[in-house]
Amino acid sequence: MNETHAEFNHPHITDVAWCPGCGSHILHKEIHLALHELHIEPENLITLSEIDEAIKLSDRKLVVVIESGESDMPGEGGNHFIHALRRNADVTVIIHNNMVYDPTNAQASPASQRSTKAPARVNGEKLKSFNPLEIALVMNAPFIARGLAGDIEQTKMMIKEAIAFKGFSVVDICQPCVIFNKINTCQWFKKKIHYLPKGHDTTDHNAAFRLATGSNKLPLGVFFRHEEHELYEDLASYRLNPALSAASAR
Amino acid sequence: MTDTKKTTRQVNVTSKTSVSVLFAGDSGDGMQLTGTQFANTVAVHGTELNTFPNFPSEIRAPAGTIAGVSGFQLQFSSKPVYTPGARFDVMVAMNSAALKANLKNLHRGGIIIAGTEGFDEKNLKLAGYPEGANPLHDGSLDNYIVFPVPILQLTREALKESGLSSKEVDRCKNMFVLGLLYWLYTLPLEGTMETLYAKFQKNVWMAEANIRAMKAGYFFGDETELFANLGRFDISPHKQHGIYRRVTGNEACAIALTAASKKAGLELFLGSYPITPATEILQTLAKKKKYGVKTFQAEDEIAGIVSSIGAAYGGALAATNTSGPGLALKTEALGLAVILEIPLVIINVQRGGPSTGLPTKPEQSDLFMAMYGRHGEAPLPVIAACSPVDCFYATYEAARIAIEHMTPVICLSDGYLALSSEPWEVESPENLAEIKPRFQPAREASAPPYLPYKRDERQVRSWAIPGTKGLEHRIGGLEKQNETGNVSHDPENHELMTKLRAEKIDLIAESIPLQSIDNGQLKGDLLVLGWGSTYGAIKTAVEQAIEQGLSVAHAHLRYIHPFPKNLKEILGNYKQVMIPELNNGQLVHIIRDTFLIAPVSLTKVQGVPFNEMEILTKITDLLKELKS
Amino acid sequence: MTDNDTTIKVLPVLTAKDFASDQEAKWCPGCGDHSVLQQLKQLLPELGIAPENIVVVSGIGCSSRLPYYLATYGVHGIHGRALPMATGLKIARPDLSVWVGTGDGDALSIGGNHFIHTLRRNPDLNILLFNNEIYGLTKGQYSPTSKIGLRTVTSPSGVIDHPFNTAALTIGSGGTFFARAFDRDGKFLRSIMMRAALHRGTSLVEIYQNCPIFNNAAFEAYATPDKKADNTIYVEHEKPLVFGKGKNRGIMLDGFTPIVVDLDKEEFSTSDLWIHNERDINKASILARFADDDSLPRPFGVFYAEERVTYEDALAAQIKEAQKNGCWTLEELLKGENSYEIK
Repeated sequence: MNETHAEFNHPHITDVAWCPGCGSHILHKEIHLALHELHIEPENLITLSEIDEAIKLSDRKLVVVIESGESDMPGEGGNHFIHALRRNADVTVIIHNNMVYDPTNAQASPASQRSTKAPARVNGEKLKSFNPLEIALVMNAPFIARGLAGDIEQTKMMIKEAIAFKGFSVVDICQPCVIFNKINTCQWFKKKIHYLPKGHDTTDHNAAFRLATGSNKLPLGVFFRHEEHELYEDLASYRLNPALSAASAR
Repeated sequence: MTDTKKTTRQVNVTSKTSVSVLFAGDSGDGMQLTGTQFANTVAVHGTELNTFPNFPSEIRAPAGTIAGVSGFQLQFSSKPVYTPGARFDVMVAMNSAALKANLKNLHRGGIIIAGTEGFDEKNLKLAGYPEGANPLHDGSLDNYIVFPVPILQLTREALKESGLSSKEVDRCKNMFVLGLLYWLYTLPLEGTMETLYAKFQKNVWMAEANIRAMKAGYFFGDETELFANLGRFDISPHKQHGIYRRVTGNEACAIALTAASKKAGLELFLGSYPITPATEILQTLAKKKKYGVKTFQAEDEIAGIVSSIGAAYGGALAATNTSGPGLALKTEALGLAVILEIPLVIINVQRGGPSTGLPTKPEQSDLFMAMYGRHGEAPLPVIAACSPVDCFYATYEAARIAIEHMTPVICLSDGYLALSSEPWEVESPENLAEIKPRFQPAREASAPPYLPYKRDERQVRSWAIPGTKGLEHRIGGLEKQNETGNVSHDPENHELMTKLRAEKIDLIAESIPLQSIDNGQLKGDLLVLGWGSTYGAIKTAVEQAIEQGLSVAHAHLRYIHPFPKNLKEILGNYKQVMIPELNNGQLVHIIRDTFLIAPVSLTKVQGVPFNEMEILTKITDLLKELKS
Repeated sequence: MTDNDTTIKVLPVLTAKDFASDQEAKWCPGCGDHSVLQQLKQLLPELGIAPENIVVVSGIGCSSRLPYYLATYGVHGIHGRALPMATGLKIARPDLSVWVGTGDGDALSIGGNHFIHTLRRNPDLNILLFNNEIYGLTKGQYSPTSKIGLRTVTSPSGVIDHPFNTAALTIGSGGTFFARAFDRDGKFLRSIMMRAALHRGTSLVEIYQNCPIFNNAAFEAYATPDKKADNTIYVEHEKPLVFGKGKNRGIMLDGFTPIVVDLDKEEFSTSDLWIHNERDINKASILARFADDDSLPRPFGVFYAEERVTYEDALAAQIKEAQKNGCWTLEELLKGENSYEIK
């Protein structure tokens, strides 16, 4: 198991610069395990920290996994996030969601729960918090899931399913920021989370929406998967698709 | 508190003028806190002071490695000091990486206080020492005075009955070091004790544990034989009687914006996005709501500046703060502010670039971007701060120029000024320049139509804010007809407007102070011309050169665009001009371009400030060349 | 009207003429923008707000010329950035009535990030989003709302980008008000703009607007008399969803799936139909998705309206709390809280 984890680590020593106790460490292990179990070779994998569909357009064999935070993506990169959602390329987006901006020392982030106190918002984050799943759902993303970094087995399975899925997959991973977020802590997450019931119908878009927008609990699991959808790279390569030509004939 | 004053044995106390100390350890060792506390105590003591925190860009880089070393350097003195010291006299090294990373900057014969637990096999390996080597024992430190102290063990010993968890106990080890240094420099513990009680109001036992660790460090110095030969030191106070506060550059910027808004009678609005090393300006202002300050943490850098333009249009003193990558994103909006001709302050806290570059390290490489980084002909005033306290005066001046000349102004700081601190004698409101916004009064229906781009003798238009009756007008980014402000594509009009906008900026030179000589004769062999945070290093180097009898002077630019009117004359009074910069020679280009002279360039692009020795050496070399 | 300071007690009676600037509208003949401008000029006097207390903010694009043609305060900014400009203005000056004129390219493409974040913050802005599904000012490139397959100068083989659903995007971003109107139906458009003006918070009005030059007849299915009745449905709060020529068709909800039913058959009556509720976010989200299903009529009217504190009010409350013992002075600011005396 250690070997499988190691094969995706950089062959030269690249120090992992996350804080001790940060959920990102566990999440990375989960991603590595998922990739190994899917038999994806490192040379066919591209990991990015910003959305770039051009890669998928230029080489369809590649597996593209994008890792980002809730301020990099819905914050400064919000526009790229929503446009990637509508285009639907076969990429997997994994959001490290710790509900606070940390590399700049704990300002409120778009996913901060309301009334979070942060240095640049001393009296509490008063905005509606940004729910990546809510927007992904309304934007018709075909695969939507939420996991908890601490639950290795379930989260790994979820990431596997997302990567194997053909289409734009969004996996929101709740991970406590051990340094800066003193509200959304491990204990807080433990109280809030529960896995979706076995009977949850992953084809029911409206049910998924209701579950994603309910604010009291944080349900985990695959909310939604929709198989019949067209990929951006398919559309791009079938430029002379007869159906499309018919649609645009005027 | 008398127990910290009495000593059990007679230990010699030697007077010294200046000492530079470095606290270095892993970024989890609490060195920034220790340094800050030490600096506070020294400041309250009335000693002259300059500090420089230096930490890695990752919040927690791997423990024990060179990349994870966090340092806090300070120089304190009984005469004015302008830098944290070219080299330090004393280094606290909590682990082997801290020693390895900083040894080259320790004076020969300097003191090392080493936490021995940080020199075990694991730590030595993480720091990259060869197997079996330990600098504490292998003679490699023979040129220094080394005090190996089992800091962790002694802290644990002191707190064994504190009831704290072992993790909490271990975190108090920095207080032990602090206590030891207080003993070494005959400084009182009371200030830090007060701070700890205030900080741990709800957990008094935590304050008491920290104090116990600090006292343990103090008494360790007092009671062991270890420091008997070295003795203790005393740096006598220098500051005049008065009320002081200690500020970092970023805090000073935030205070200045608030002060300018009060003085001008405007509301302050800051639209901003978190970015290292500028974020503390947003954080400090977010806490200033009791002064009516409005801060807006926007979704990105562009929204940060554009929201400020909206607020400025509404009649607020509007500002945005950022660092290089953010300024790059804001450039289109800056062009809008230029053509709208509205007041706006942009504080750019420079860091190493390009791109993400060196986020926590200072550089002066955004000068070109500040001067020219916009599309079209879009000149604007550029001014620079030269010390943490000067960040206040530079930012205040930026706000004054913005409001009185209806223009965006870029105020340059950098990562060194932003985080460094120095004592500041509390300023009184009367000493601050008046700031007079030129609001357009309401217009009667019978009066001639309002002309938004009609100018006064300084080519400045008036500020007509919404809510003022009779002044309804439309402005935008499209070129506008002279005076009326209506959209115009007329070729001659565009040229006229371009020249008017440039002339307005040039005319600011009429109302700013003339350039002065900071130190040295008004005529001579060499002028060292600086800008920004190189002030301290240049000042110290030129002082030493003058002491050596060299014909050198120092001038430091606050106004880079427009230049003070007498700058040309000053430059002509010296045989040679030398410009030290933390970039590849940007001011040299601008000076050469403006005055057709050929200054000598001294550059450093290493993400660290100049030290005075580097500048002094260059001065000496240049003067030798001139003589021969 | 809201009880803010912009309401002047005794106002001279103003008319649409008083809100017309001296600049001639430079849109193409037949452009839907003329209609929006006309309705806005009619509406503004009805609001009872003095012209000097109204600001129209815009970005770049055909629709963004709007401020120039209204005799209020106005700023024409840069591409995509109308919303942060309006937000900054509203935070600094909550007393003003702030309107934004924007388009599908300006608001949803280059300004997409500001769009979603403005909606979640909920400053009290009235956003008129002119959606013509094309880039007009740059002469006919496809936009983020262009339909799949549309052939334009930059999509000669047809658009392959799935278009944005503006209603879904608004609701998903936490917006508090979404309504859809149509340039051809002026009276209805004005009533919707009035609702937007009355809503305290960010009001997003999507206006289907015809570009006769580069994307003519994009909304023809909702315009011509023969098609309009069956292809559109006008939703009203607490009223059943009825449409069709003789109001003989309706929408019923089967679980969460909308179904078109024929009211002429005895099987169904209006009491079986979906009753519109502007405060139900789940139903609003289903309504938003009608646009993805060609068998359903296109809804117009207020989809969703939620009362939520505005950004500027929340900030003002924090400042009020911080100043409960008075506003601090310049002297206190300069002295700071950690000053010390050297004797």
